[in-house]
Order: sequence, then C-alpha cells, then structure tokens
Amino acid sequence: MSIRIQKSKCVGCGRCIEACPGNLIKKDKEGKAFIRQVRDCWGCTSCIKECSRDAIRFFLGADVGGRGASMIVSEKPDISTWTVEKPDGTQITIQVNKKDANKY
Amino acid sequence: MSMRTERIKTDVLIIGGGTAGCFAAYVIGQKSNKKVLIAEKANIKRSGCLAAGVNALNAYITEGRVPQDYVDYAKKDAHGIVREDLLLTMSERLNHVTKVMEDLGLVILKDEKGKYVARGNRNIKINGENMKPILAKAAAEQENVTVLNHVNITDYKTEKGKITGAVGFSVNEDIFYDIDAEAVLCATGGAAGLYRPNNPGFSRHKMWYPPFNTGAGYAMGLLSGAEMTTFEMRFIALRCKDTIAPTGTIAQGVGARQVNAHGDIYETKYGLTTSQRVYGTVMENREGKGPCYLRTEGISKEQEQDLYKAYLNMAPSQTLKWMEAGKGPSEENVEIEGTEPYIVGGHTASGYWVDNNRATTIEGLYAAGDVAGGCPQKYVTGALAEGEIAAEAILEYLDRKDDEVQNLSEIAAAKKSEYEAHLNAPRSLMNAEQLEEAMQKIMDQYAGGIGTDYRYSETSLAKADEKIAALLPVVDTLAASDTYELMQIYELRERLIVCRAVIAHLAARKETRWHSFGENTDYPEQSEEWMKYVNSRMENGEIRILYRDLITKESADSNTVAKGAGER
Repeated sequence: MSIRIQKSKCVGCGRCIEACPGNLIKKDKEGKAFIRQVRDCWGCTSCIKECSRDAIRFFLGADVGGRGASMIVSEKPDISTWTVEKPDGTQITIQVNKKDANKY
Repeated sequence: MSMRTERIKTDVLIIGGGTAGCFAAYVIGQKSNKKVLIAEKANIKRSGCLAAGVNALNAYITEGRVPQDYVDYAKKDAHGIVREDLLLTMSERLNHVTKVMEDLGLVILKDEKGKYVARGNRNIKINGENMKPILAKAAAEQENVTVLNHVNITDYKTEKGKITGAVGFSVNEDIFYDIDAEAVLCATGGAAGLYRPNNPGFSRHKMWYPPFNTGAGYAMGLLSGAEMTTFEMRFIALRCKDTIAPTGTIAQGVGARQVNAHGDIYETKYGLTTSQRVYGTVMENREGKGPCYLRTEGISKEQEQDLYKAYLNMAPSQTLKWMEAGKGPSEENVEIEGTEPYIVGGHTASGYWVDNNRATTIEGLYAAGDVAGGCPQKYVTGALAEGEIAAEAILEYLDRKDDEVQNLSEIAAAKKSEYEAHLNAPRSLMNAEQLEEAMQKIMDQYAGGIGTDYRYSETSLAKADEKIAALLPVVDTLAASDTYELMQIYELRERLIVCRAVIAHLAARKETRWHSFGENTDYPEQSEEWMKYVNSRMENGEIRILYRDLITKESADSNTVAKGAGER
C-alpha cells in the first residue's frame, strides 16, 4: 500500500506535502515532491485527491495483493472519477457523486 | 545546532486537530472570543481518523430510541466496564452534533419525507469522504482560532497540579514551541503501532487505525501524573484481509454472514459483540476451519457496484484490490481477519479518567475523543459530542479561574535542550525504526499480539515489561538529522510509555473479560469480582495500579464531580 510520485508530472505546487496526514512527502532539490519512505504510507489517498496533475498514483504492495495495478482520482466539485490502470494497460473507471450518500 | 524559540500565549490550547479537536475549536469559536490555538502534527485538513473518509455515522439515536438505549448497548458490548455517566452525556448530544455537521455541508441520506435513513439501530448513512475537510474548514474559519500545522507537541507544562501549557517543535524547521495556555484540551487520538501489525513488511502502515496516532496524549498524561483508565481493554478490529478495510459495510450493507472455510455460519456460535466476532474468527482458525469469510457470493451486480463506491469513499484500497483481482464480492467471498491490538478510547474504554465535563485529574486539562476513557463506541459523532462538552466546560473554567499561574520556563528550557541533544547526537547503531520493530515484536510475542492469538500470561507480561523498559533508555541516545526524525524519536517514546501502561493493566485484570481483546491464559474466565475499573498513574517512572468502583446508572447521581467521579 503506497504511492508513487511521477517526477516528470510534478509541478512542485506542494499541495500533497501540505495534506499528507503523516508528513511523509517532501520536496527534493529540484523542488519536486517525493515520499520519504514508501513503507510509511497509510493509503488514505489524501495526496492523490490534492494533485491536479495526476502525478501521484496509488498502488497495493505485493504483500497485500498488489500485482502492478494503480489508481488515480480526478476531482470535480460534485464528482470524483477514480481510474484504475492494470499492468496490461486496461482501464476501469468508477464515478462517485459527492452528493450521493453511501447506500451501505 | 540550536533551535529558534517561539513563545505563544493563548487562552485555550487544543492538542490535535482531528475530529474532537476541530469540533471543540469550532464550538469555542461560535460561543466566545477566547483565543484558541490548535497544535496539529500534520495538517488539520486530512489528519486523524477521517483522512480517507468514513462510511456511516455509527452513533446516532434513531427514531423511536432514546439516549439511554445507546448507553445500554455500549455497556453490554463492553461487558459492563463503562462509565454510564459519560456515555449518557455523550449520547444526549449525538443527534445535535449530527445536525451541526449537516448544516456545515455533510451529505446525509434522507428518505422522501426528509428523514435520515437508518442502517441498523444506531447508524445513519452519509457520504463521509469529505467530512474532515468540512470540519477543518469550519474550525479554521473561526476568527479567534489559530491553526498551527506541522507542530508536534511532546509534553505538557504543569505547575502545582495545574496545566500551564505545552512544548513541542515544528516537524519542518528547527523551531522550538513554548506555548502558554490557561486551559488545554488533549485530543490527540489513540495509539496504533504498539504491536506487530498484520502486514509487517512493505505495507506495515496498512492498518485500521491511523499509524500516525502514536498515543501522544496518553503518554503526556502518564508523564504528568494524570489518572488513566482501562488500558487493558484493547481494541481489535475484524477487517477485510490484507487491506484491513471495514467489514461492517459488507456485513450490515448486504447482510453478509461470517462463514468458515466449510461455508458454515459461525458468528452465532460465539456471540455478536464486537470482541466475540473477532474471537469466533480466531477460534475457527485455531481449530483448522479457516480461512474465514464474509459470505458475499451471490449478491447482485448492483450491490457490488454500490460496494465499490462505498469503499472508495472510505477505504479505496479495498476497491482497488477487487479491481486488481478481477473478481468482485459477488463472485468471491471476502476473507476476514482480526487486526493487531490498538488502544483507542473511541471504540473501547481506554484513556484519561475524566469527569462528566471531560476534565482530567490535572486541573485545566481536558480530554475528548479517542484519548478520553470510560466511554466506548463513540465513533465520529461521539468524538464531536465530547469535543463540544469539553469546549463548553473549558469556557466555564476560564470564567471562574482567577489566579494567574506564574509560568516558569524551566520546564521549557530543559525540554529544548533535550530536543537539541537528539539533533546534535552522533549517529549510533540504533535508530527509531529498529527500536519500533523491537517493541512491536516484544508486544506481539509476550503481551498478546496476533502471533499468540491475543493470549498472554502473568509470566509473559513480566517478560514484556522487562524488555520494553530496557528499550526506553536507548531512546535517549538516538540521533535525529532533522526535526522529522526528532518527531519519530518522540513517537517511539510515546509508544513505549503506552506499552508499559498496557502491560501493567493487562496484568492487573485477573480474568478474561473480553475475548480476543485480552486472553489471559492464567485466568481464562470472566469473573464477577472484576466488575470494576482498572486505573493507573505513573509515579517515579513506574505504573501504579488503582481500582475504582463502577459508575452505573444507579450510582451516577451519587458519583457527581463534587462527590468524586473523576476524583482529583
């Protein structure tokens, strides 16, 4: 369970650094975000929700069932769009309306 | 290297800007112009238990029920070891705080008549993905509330039994904070990471409770001599295997039963309290009838889609896991397991010994949420309720408080040198990560972790205490290259102190009251004799155990603050 930050997409805005509830993200010398220790991520996805550049991907460690898929989310005022990308390139998209309560 | 000092004066210091802390700040902001400072280790926007979101409000008085029903439920679930006075004052406010959250923008499911839709007897359905950002914004917008993000508080300042403030440091810069306050609310949450977790390797932080909640408030309280209660009632959650995602959503949402590997429903055999559900799963596994599952095979595709969305709103790893496997819950039962033990007053009853105002045994120090004891099954709304109760009590306290305590900064100066000593220490062979692993291994093997199916004995606990005590002096020698590493050293210290208290409490309760939460192999049965609270205080670095009589509905009136409930 962790995140990977794609340096090429990071614009150094610092929003993920501000939001991480574990103070786990920091800027490198080039002003790009990196995670101090991948093993310390809780998997809460706060940083992914903050990133408007899709630069942070969320994945499961192999020890909890990960096999190379990853997930991003794009936030609009009322809709969160989650996209899972599998290693073979297939994508699955799920939209959640923020005005809808959970049914369960 | 020396740290720059910032000295701040405030009326109310709130340590921890999670659910209870943010709500308390909001309440004080609404009701007075007293200066409030929230000191938060990360950033209040997503810190604490609500980071990823929450699926439902699990403490609500649904139509046709009264607050006393909730008290009775929590009492039964905890096999009697609760403070009925605290539960009642919390329960009376559950619906009020829910309304406040709705007015602030929380989405709550309603029927065509505009009434909340209940899930079971005590729960209502919401979209809780953004609950924390809503709450954080409400707190920060109050004119008299200042938020100090990325500041880690490590110790209280007290004088003559009264609180005078707290000290800490920035996790980003070399700044030492010396905070003077007339009153302090501790809302730091509970403690995770004491025991070896379910996934000890790469996903070591994929746990139920926030891994960043390190028991700071418990440790600070113990170090200052505050009375604590019921640390032996550990919380162990029944979770989806690997992702440690909630099971209640599936169990209650689609009516899935707990089944063993043969497909037999076993939950009815062991009982349905929180601890019994875990116990049944442990026992089926011990008898070779595992793995255990929630029986979801055969649910409709529509139900499956709804589950995917529900998990995205609170535990997205579970949805990703289903996607990754290419098989959802309609095709495959969801495997379940018990977690490592946590100390958390919002689910069980561990924490500060408080009175009905949530005042602790240190004058001017209040506690709310997971750090406050005696009042289990709080969940989110109960934490809000306690935040509000404490906020109101603090305002009353400030009104009647007249004597100015002279703030000596000796405590602060000593603390600052202690921080600087770590920052200037030469690297040794030991570091915080190694010691944390050592602590978790000791707790797992000798103090009833997953590795022993939560079992321990007097002998194993004595061993655990000896080994944990031996780690504490090593902490003093650790080096930190920056204040982030300094925070890790103090988190380790907090956890070790809490571990010592947990071990002492487990040893003191000579019975097995809550299966799995504690399996005392010397005393495997429940005993009437133990219908009492196990409390403790730290004295000269050692945990001293005290016993107190139960405060029940019948005795609550005679146990008012004036007469000694939450006795000072």
